[in-house]
Amino acid sequence: MATSFTLNGKAQSVDVSPDMPLLWVLRDTLNMTGTKFGCGMALCGACTVHINGEATRSCITPVSSVAGKKITTIEGLSADGSHPVQLAWMEEDVPQCGYCQSGQIMSAVALLSKKPNPTDTDIDDAMSGNICRCGTYQRIRKAIHRAASMQAGKAKSAA
Amino acid sequence: MANASVVNRRDFLKTGAAGGVALVIGFHLSPSAFADQAQEQERKTPNPFDAWVRVTPDNNVTLILGKSEMGQGIMTALPMILAEELCLDWKRVKIEQAPTNPKIYDHGTGGSGSVSGSWLPMRRAGAAAREMFVSAAAARWNVNRDTCKAQDGGILHGARKNFLAYGELVSDAAKLPVPDFNTVPLKNPNDFTIIGHDTRRFEGRDKATGGAIFGLDSRVPGMLFAVIARCPVFGGKVKSFDATKTKAVSGVRDVFAIDPVGQGAFTAGGVAVLADNSWAAIQGRKALQITWDEGPAASQSSGSLRQQFLDNAAKPGKVVRNDGDAGASLAEATKKIEAIYEFPFAAHATMEPMNCTVHIQPDGAEAWVPTQAPQWAQQIIAQTAKLPPEKVIVHTTLMGGGFGRRYQADFVMEAAQVAKVSGKPVMVFWTREDDMQHGFYRPASYHHFSGALDAKGNLAAWKHFQTSTSIEAMWNPKGEENPEKSEFATAAFIPYQTPNYRVEYTLAKSSVPRAWWRSVEHSTSGFVVESFVDELAAAAGADPLEFRLRLIGEDRKIPDFTNPKENKPLDTARLKGVLRIAAENAGWGKPLPKGISRGIAGYYSFESYTAAVVEVGVKDGAVKVHRIVYAVDCGRPINPEGVRAQVESAAIYGLSAALHDAITISGGRVEQSNFHNYQMPRIGETPKTEVHVVMSQEEPTGIGEPGLPVVAPAMCNAIFAATGKRIRRLPIRAEDLA
Repeated sequence: MATSFTLNGKAQSVDVSPDMPLLWVLRDTLNMTGTKFGCGMALCGACTVHINGEATRSCITPVSSVAGKKITTIEGLSADGSHPVQLAWMEEDVPQCGYCQSGQIMSAVALLSKKPNPTDTDIDDAMSGNICRCGTYQRIRKAIHRAASMQAGKAKSAA
Repeated sequence: MANASVVNRRDFLKTGAAGGVALVIGFHLSPSAFADQAQEQERKTPNPFDAWVRVTPDNNVTLILGKSEMGQGIMTALPMILAEELCLDWKRVKIEQAPTNPKIYDHGTGGSGSVSGSWLPMRRAGAAAREMFVSAAAARWNVNRDTCKAQDGGILHGARKNFLAYGELVSDAAKLPVPDFNTVPLKNPNDFTIIGHDTRRFEGRDKATGGAIFGLDSRVPGMLFAVIARCPVFGGKVKSFDATKTKAVSGVRDVFAIDPVGQGAFTAGGVAVLADNSWAAIQGRKALQITWDEGPAASQSSGSLRQQFLDNAAKPGKVVRNDGDAGASLAEATKKIEAIYEFPFAAHATMEPMNCTVHIQPDGAEAWVPTQAPQWAQQIIAQTAKLPPEKVIVHTTLMGGGFGRRYQADFVMEAAQVAKVSGKPVMVFWTREDDMQHGFYRPASYHHFSGALDAKGNLAAWKHFQTSTSIEAMWNPKGEENPEKSEFATAAFIPYQTPNYRVEYTLAKSSVPRAWWRSVEHSTSGFVVESFVDELAAAAGADPLEFRLRLIGEDRKIPDFTNPKENKPLDTARLKGVLRIAAENAGWGKPLPKGISRGIAGYYSFESYTAAVVEVGVKDGAVKVHRIVYAVDCGRPINPEGVRAQVESAAIYGLSAALHDAITISGGRVEQSNFHNYQMPRIGETPKTEVHVVMSQEEPTGIGEPGLPVVAPAMCNAIFAATGKRIRRLPIRAEDLA
């Protein structure tokens, strides 16, 4: 049975089992491997994508539940890695193994869309669902603050 | 580079690589680069060459990485060394993963040994190429080569107009004789512009855009995705299975049993389910009906292992070291301290679960493997496919964490077995539950310490009895004569001076697989030594820092008791150095805010020196780490920013061991299954971490692991300062804080 949704701004239709989690549809059906498998139980956040703007764990999200919705993955954040959060991640040299970072970045982008200038506590709360076994958390905090300043600068210059 | 053939030592190889003539340099790497770990496997690949540089006439410079990148930053650090001697513009350098060819490369990546083992060979290779470019340019211009110098990826003579980029010189340079690697002039370190300078991770951009390709991201046309149902009890086997319901799951293509493979690969065997996608494979596995022969290990538990520890501890162990007479000194001591420390098994829990993609065809095989040991993967696939190793192309992918887990080859063996039966390209992937329950764990151990202080507060005696499940015993099944070899590390040559020093060991038997877990035996050795010395300091009524510095005593070099032949002694001056730097930057001795306490630890591992001061608060049966101040001396830091990143990372890994990591066994199986019952530190638990890197001019040494061993002891020493309670078992339990 086909399920249709908007993926990174484009109409997408997949003919898969309706209970198949979005994670595997992205990775195995559509070969979009930027979104990662870590636990399959929404415990680690590696699979985080945006569904209608909300950070969501795609590993427990049946594809049938996203019919008609707007999905953004790490590949859809920017065409050239120029999203402020991605730039901040590079500038703070956040990734180590890097496996969890797609999910971390998606959670961070969702946080900044709600709280453009988050405190450390806001960051810790919003990012608590994302595990990094390399322990890059300190740099993640710094990078989110940096991205917040970059976005504020952009907003200012646009105004 | 896939068509490159074997390079003889100190020979250049000219290949017709894409883009024109390529200049390729191969060189020998010290066989001790990755000494202790996986000795068996290293012996099978005795032809260790490493590191190439490729220059094309269109002036593209590609540096080849012969080691595996798992987050430790080797993809940046090693090419930095080559680029330095080659006088390249770092911003223009490209980096490529080497093809798997153990006749050229020493691929094995572990033991925090990649930089130390490659440092000199890399410099020599880069310098040799640079000198050949100089000669080629001098000949082209017909000038004395002393008037030419390498700069920004080319050779300069006089004014800037006499500049030839390497690409313009490569066809001439490649024809010249190779300088002797032993005498080729190396750059003066004062002239370094890349080494010692903060450099961002080469592949950082790919890791921020989702473009980085890990093993699990391998995609091959026509591939199937497979999971394996393994007996939950270690050592158990399939008795019978019914796949009727599995085959009815949409997308499932094949189901068959694979045999366990023992020594070396240590696989469990089981029933493989192959499907069109990962989800179908997982669903198909759930529908399997399997009867297991659980085998003799089904009666084992954490409780039975602890009883074995207690029984072992009631008797003397094998004497590993005996200086003076610790027994007599302890018997007559006026001040005697005893402590027992205990550790459970711990899992690596790499974020990317194990996986391996293999395609075996009659005339050759190809594999995509996130591995610390590609040479071993190649061998295993070749053996399974009954092909010569050179017919097996192994692509080393990025790894979503390694920490020692990916030096094992179990996941490769399974994939090779499944691919051999299937004939199709197959990715065998592990779920988190597979990873948690069928791993190779940091050994569980039990340590009984006795120490005596004399009237002056000097260390009169130090006795350390240890019983543990051993890594060495996994690899040395017939002997088990020397399991202690893999279990003590610095605990067998502590820097604290004492005339009476005794170390004893008894092997504990367990069916639970063990392996190198980040910092290996140092993770426990560091904890017990740095906790017990702190207990002695308290008994002596001394400041923990001053006590350590006094007991370490004068500047001297202490031979590595566990491996004296390697001649890598502990330099007490450098150990005292990092203790002082950490203490000074942490404000040791200065007042702290109410509710905050400090602890310290210093330790030598992987030839590097690390000290940490940890600030904690203890409240309502919970401990919160506020700040960690590190000092590290890993010789000359290639990339200081990379060093800091590794130590920040090891801090959290060590914090994880202190607060959470415990794999427990019941009915012969692991009780934990996923991140709800095997917790990881999360961002809210992250302390502010400062890392002070000694800008040493000594030879570079390891940094992937040495940050770890000091975290937990410094933390627990701080807990003692706060509460008067000694934490003697990890992870820390609420009842031990009360």
